Amino acid sequence: MYVAVKGGEAAINNAHRLLADRRRGDRSLPSLTIEQIVEQLGLAVDRVMAEASLYDPALAALAVRQSRGDMIEAIFLLRAYRTTLPRFGASVPVDTAGMQVERRVSATYKDLPGGQLLGPTFDYTHRLLDPSLLEDLPVDEPARRPAPDEDIMRVSDILAHEGLIESDGEFPDDHEAGDITREPMEFPMPRDLRLQALARGDEGFLLALAYSTQRGFGRNHPFVGEIRIGEVELEMDVPEMGFSVSLGRIKVTECQMVNQFKGSAKAPPQFTRGYGLVFGQSERKAMSMSLVDRALRAEELGEDITAPAQDEEFVISHSDNVQATGFVEHLKLPHYVDFQAELALVRRMRAEIATRNNDGGMQEAAE
Amino acid sequence: MTELASYNFAYLDEQTKRMIRRAILKAIAIPGYQVPFASREMPMPYGWGTGGVQVTASIIGPDDVLKVIDQGADDTTNAVSIRAFFQKVADVAVTTHTQDATIIQTRHRIPEQTLREGQVLVYQVPIPEPLRFLEPRETETRKMHALEEYGLMHVKLYEDIARHGRISTTYAYPVKVASRYVMDPSPTPKFDNPKMHMYEALQLFGAGREKRIYAVPPYTEVVSLDFEDHPFEIQTFSQNCALCNAHGVYLDEVVLDDKGGRMFVCSDTDNCEDRRAHGHVGEMLAQDPPLGKEAAE
Repeated sequence: MYVAVKGGEAAINNAHRLLADRRRGDRSLPSLTIEQIVEQLGLAVDRVMAEASLYDPALAALAVRQSRGDMIEAIFLLRAYRTTLPRFGASVPVDTAGMQVERRVSATYKDLPGGQLLGPTFDYTHRLLDPSLLEDLPVDEPARRPAPDEDIMRVSDILAHEGLIESDGEFPDDHEAGDITREPMEFPMPRDLRLQALARGDEGFLLALAYSTQRGFGRNHPFVGEIRIGEVELEMDVPEMGFSVSLGRIKVTECQMVNQFKGSAKAPPQFTRGYGLVFGQSERKAMSMSLVDRALRAEELGEDITAPAQDEEFVISHSDNVQATGFVEHLKLPHYVDFQAELALVRRMRAEIATRNNDGGMQEAAE
Repeated sequence: MTELASYNFAYLDEQTKRMIRRAILKAIAIPGYQVPFASREMPMPYGWGTGGVQVTASIIGPDDVLKVIDQGADDTTNAVSIRAFFQKVADVAVTTHTQDATIIQTRHRIPEQTLREGQVLVYQVPIPEPLRFLEPRETETRKMHALEEYGLMHVKLYEDIARHGRISTTYAYPVKVASRYVMDPSPTPKFDNPKMHMYEALQLFGAGREKRIYAVPPYTEVVSLDFEDHPFEIQTFSQNCALCNAHGVYLDEVVLDDKGGRMFVCSDTDNCEDRRAHGHVGEMLAQDPPLGKEAAE
């Protein structure tokens, strides 16, 4: 009846068994395959890879399946695996100008070298539920254009030629990027670490913060210089060989936000940059990231810090959804020892007030 | 995919353990100081004791005997889960007996039986910064610790007294360690604070999400903050444990029915079982032998 502490082990085992049952669902239906998830729920897989900071579509798909489609749980699974992997080193900085572009749009120029490429976008779909998807009807092969002869230049490079935009970061070429998963965080953070934190930050949280800057909480006058999605080559320097070798290709989404800037005591009038780079295809995340990155540069550029999105410690400390969900959800763990302490205190204080009121009442009556 | 299942002894790789051990050594060298460490993602959620688990994983060896408690009890679900984790990844011996353990990982309690030299008590810590609720910024609180600027904490305690007639902090009650750093003892009830003072065992504190480790070495002064005219005091219970009749221990209140029926039982289940094994009988067991027999099992 009362000693509820026995039986924890059996309860946990039974809970896990039930969870496995619910995850599998109706056994008469075929089980989802990893390949199906990778191919048909690709954007979910991309999000898991991005926020877990591990580029591995098959493992991300496994995580999605194991988590029953709970994205944060899937991200957590993949991160917990990632953290056990050894580090070989760091890649050479990715050259996004050399990207095999699948989508590339600029909001700042009507036309530009390389053209505007819509790619696989939801942007101009009418959001009408499509009954034909209830059945597995054949889907047309996509139209393809011939591969361009040369790389598609970045919009930020066009502006840079004219000297209208600030240079791309101030780190020297031999700067070794930090690693927020291997070193404790400290504030204020250099921008490379901040961008790392944003790249694995929660999409929803960054979206909301980015939105807040547009609504006046730290407005930074953004234009989408360019969004590009496609595959980039990943290379690594191998000291023994004296040159860099290709590790393969990964799909990324890059957003370069161009922000109007009237100048301050610290910097002349020029366009400034907000930067977003995310694994896979996730424009929403890359755009949010670039708006928040720019907002967080307020101090560096001598702007007033007035809004949450400009507050580095606030943003970075709360952007990690695995940390956030853990701490919020841990409130369901037993806290009865502390609650007992609070119970006793509240009872005692209430008793004291009751005594005081009674005394007061008697005095009044006696007067 | 098969390599997915294989992990190093005690889960963490040796490089990570070395990094954490360095942080622990630094923490022991500067009692009460919060040492930043590169906390790893663990296979259990933040808030479930990832800091404590990392500390335990870094110090545990094949010969250790592990005890895990949550709310003082060995059988609470999360204690069961963490114990099972170490059985799986380190294959160590586990126990519920405080005296038999070499490492005790705890959440929210300090065992009633005093530990001895050589034992290690590992605390799970949610918010390591005692000043956090007075100043939310890490950049500020680190400065305050550096300058030993603890006035704000005394003002908070004073405001408690002004408003409520007493210090109304009942758990996570701030302490000063070795006359230097103000430290959060983790959310243990203040009832347990005096046990930390000149403790024979090594006390290690791990905060995974906040990436901090701190320590109180054996035989170190740990003083709960107070005022001369409002000295620190701990909770007292008017009842004895209903099962083992213990007095002067921390009790859990258990609701018996919807008519206001209550009983109080030991929070430290091992201590309670030990006392019952030595013939101590509480009110509930004396009145109701069949029920008592069940509970003692």
